[in-house]
Amino acid sequence: MPHVLVVYTDDEPGVLTRVASLFRRRGFNIHSLTVGPTERPRQSRMTIVVDAEETTVRLAVEHLRKQVNVLEVQQLGDRPKVVRDLALIRVAAGLDVRSEILQLAQVFRANVVDIAGDSLAIECSGGPDKIDALVDALRPYGILELGRTGAVAMARGPRASPEARPDRVSEPASNQAMSV
Amino acid sequence: MTLTGTHTGAQLIWECLTREGVTTVFGYPGGAILPAYDAMVGFDIRHVLVRHEQSAVHMADGYARASGRVGVVVATSGPGATNLVTGLATAMMDSTPLVAITGQVGSGVLGTDAFQEVDITGITLPVTKHNYLVTRASDIVPALREAFAVAKSGRPGPVLVDITKDAQQGRADLDWEAAQPIRHLRHLPPPLDPTALDRALELIRHAKRPLILAGHGIQLSGARAEVLTLAERADIPFALTLLGLGAVPATHPLSLGMMGMHGEAWVNKAIQEADLLLALGMRFDDRVTGKLKEYALHAKKIHIDIDASELGKNVPVDVAIAGDLRSTLQALLPGVPVADRSAWLGKIREWRGDSAVRDIKNLPDDGHLYAAHVMHDLWRLTDGQAVVATDVGQHQMWEAQYYHHDAERSLITSGGAGTMGFALPAGIGAKIARPEAEVWVVAGDGGFQMTFAELMTAVQEGVKVNIAVINNGFLGMVRQWQAMFYEGRYAATPILSPDFVKLAEAFGIHGQRVDTRAALAEAVAAARAAAGTALIEFRVEQEDSVYPMVPAGAALHEMIRRPSASVIAETGSDPV
Ligand SMILES: Cc1ncc(C[n+]2csc(CCOP(=O)(O)OP(=O)(O)O)c2C)c(N)n1
Ligand SMILES: [Mg+2]
Repeated sequence: MPHVLVVYTDDEPGVLTRVASLFRRRGFNIHSLTVGPTERPRQSRMTIVVDAEETTVRLAVEHLRKQVNVLEVQQLGDRPKVVRDLALIRVAAGLDVRSEILQLAQVFRANVVDIAGDSLAIECSGGPDKIDALVDALRPYGILELGRTGAVAMARGPRASPEARPDRVSEPASNQAMSV
Repeated sequence: MTLTGTHTGAQLIWECLTREGVTTVFGYPGGAILPAYDAMVGFDIRHVLVRHEQSAVHMADGYARASGRVGVVVATSGPGATNLVTGLATAMMDSTPLVAITGQVGSGVLGTDAFQEVDITGITLPVTKHNYLVTRASDIVPALREAFAVAKSGRPGPVLVDITKDAQQGRADLDWEAAQPIRHLRHLPPPLDPTALDRALELIRHAKRPLILAGHGIQLSGARAEVLTLAERADIPFALTLLGLGAVPATHPLSLGMMGMHGEAWVNKAIQEADLLLALGMRFDDRVTGKLKEYALHAKKIHIDIDASELGKNVPVDVAIAGDLRSTLQALLPGVPVADRSAWLGKIREWRGDSAVRDIKNLPDDGHLYAAHVMHDLWRLTDGQAVVATDVGQHQMWEAQYYHHDAERSLITSGGAGTMGFALPAGIGAKIARPEAEVWVVAGDGGFQMTFAELMTAVQEGVKVNIAVINNGFLGMVRQWQAMFYEGRYAATPILSPDFVKLAEAFGIHGQRVDTRAALAEAVAAARAAAGTALIEFRVEQEDSVYPMVPAGAALHEMIRRPSASVIAETGSDPV
């Protein structure tokens, strides 16, 4: 069953390797991993979707928490959450089917972002299920290229401040910027 | 020397080590670390020049395990750094706090396959708690300070700091306060959960057949007194892991001995029959549990460990507490009632009686020298007071079975990694940490040949260790598996050795050979009396096996027992 983890880390070289290496070594299967900047300076935020049993995920979380570069790990579990994925899909679109495809895109609130001679590039964001459905719908026309970002997730409701979490210390007052 | 103002990165390394309280480092120089070595001479730090960088890590490891301080290693880039890997993996598995400093090529050529460049932070990522690549002089002190904090905090472990040559040569201000480490505090264990304590107390109160599983964490946490109070007040016997030996005294009336693959039969039986296991600072390693599906099926389990990722990893537990063992037990103890569990203790005593007839100690002296006799006599002759560093193999298990460790930090052995070649360098490190202690190195003929070049390090450093080489002419533990599980095909396990007495002579140390039990005491006395390092080669029974044994993957109660004494006396060897 896929589990969604949100991980705040220092924005330093090597952090992604550490996290990826940890998952590889312990045999935790990563479904998707996205990383980007956050509301806090010099910190990155990862969304990791893992395919594993509950116990395995709990251990993965504890291993993440042992990393010096990891500030905070949220296991979204059953909590209400927003999960979004972005896909760019280039689909074969001869003149005969082009309007059909445009209609389809509209249904999915997807945008056409490029038109080439006999193909269209479509951009769509949404929950992974929605994107899967769009991909399935487009498949009969011939998908020439497909790129997906992997999920970015956020819990619904107020931000659980790290200070409120008894098991973690809050953001350090002054973080050494080190070229490590 | 105390520095103020601006300094070279190389000076800052030593200044930082000095302020961290480091008095000794173990290392080997080379081009990329040369600026650091050049600056070393101005500081009051002892440098122990090893003969191989792997041994530098084992020495620092032995130093740390014997003393509780952080061990420090220095090496150059490339091959110097890669030679550290086995030592770091060994320390990682056994939670030893170490800081390894390596030189790295200049930052300008990083990533170009420059001469002696290896990606050591990449290579050591899975065998260190954390590592750093430092490319600027100003980052040296923050990185090193944090490295020490990380190595010591939580579950200890090795940390590597890779410092480019230009960072060592560059200049920076020393701002000690600004470099105060904080990130390791992100990972403090959560506050104690009172409901978990209540549930643990409930289980202890109702248990009829409880057993403490005592691990390495007791020594790391300094929880000896608390564990003993718990055991004595609630009348709970304790079994020990290999690394737990010495954490609580072997000769304590409630001590049962070692558990697991080569643990005593009655200990493993007690585990299988227990209705409550209190796992204290241990991690249910596969060598301890045997087949998980059949492990301690009747027992509720309370697991206390500082590393939350160990809780529920191998064995599902009823109460899991992530926290420092000492403070957790301090919180638990007021609720632990006095109890009398003599019925349960009596039962275990019964099982124990059955084992005595199979005990090699009870064998008559039939002219054969048994390694078990050597260990037993060594224990007697040293009054059980020695610090013993063991290598890996049969002799390691016999030592664990027959040298009864009462004192903390008195057994230094590679448990998790099982690294051959560990004993001699680790023993030297232990002696340097505790010069007043009597240190014995117990190694097999195989493992000793992996790192015996360190004899010269001991000589050069004026370190006295006493060495027992247990020569059985085989890679004995592997031979034992071949005998038991591979129909006796001894592929690549017979091993020749040099003349150890002449070898000792070549190193300029005292050397002796013993092949009867009668000659043992005198040889041990001579070794102890020798001014410097001394070596005794014990020519022991070649094809003896370690019993009891739980075959890998079998359940704990499915032990192979030593055939009864008469059989051995007849054949003079091991009738496996
Ligand atoms: C570096 C390393 N290589 C291989 C092994 C596998 N191994 C475990 S025990 C053993 C035999 C050790 O032989 P020896 O040192 O003579 O000790 P004995 O078992 O005979 O007492 C071997 C090869 C190991 N543990 N470590
Ligand atoms: Mg041998």
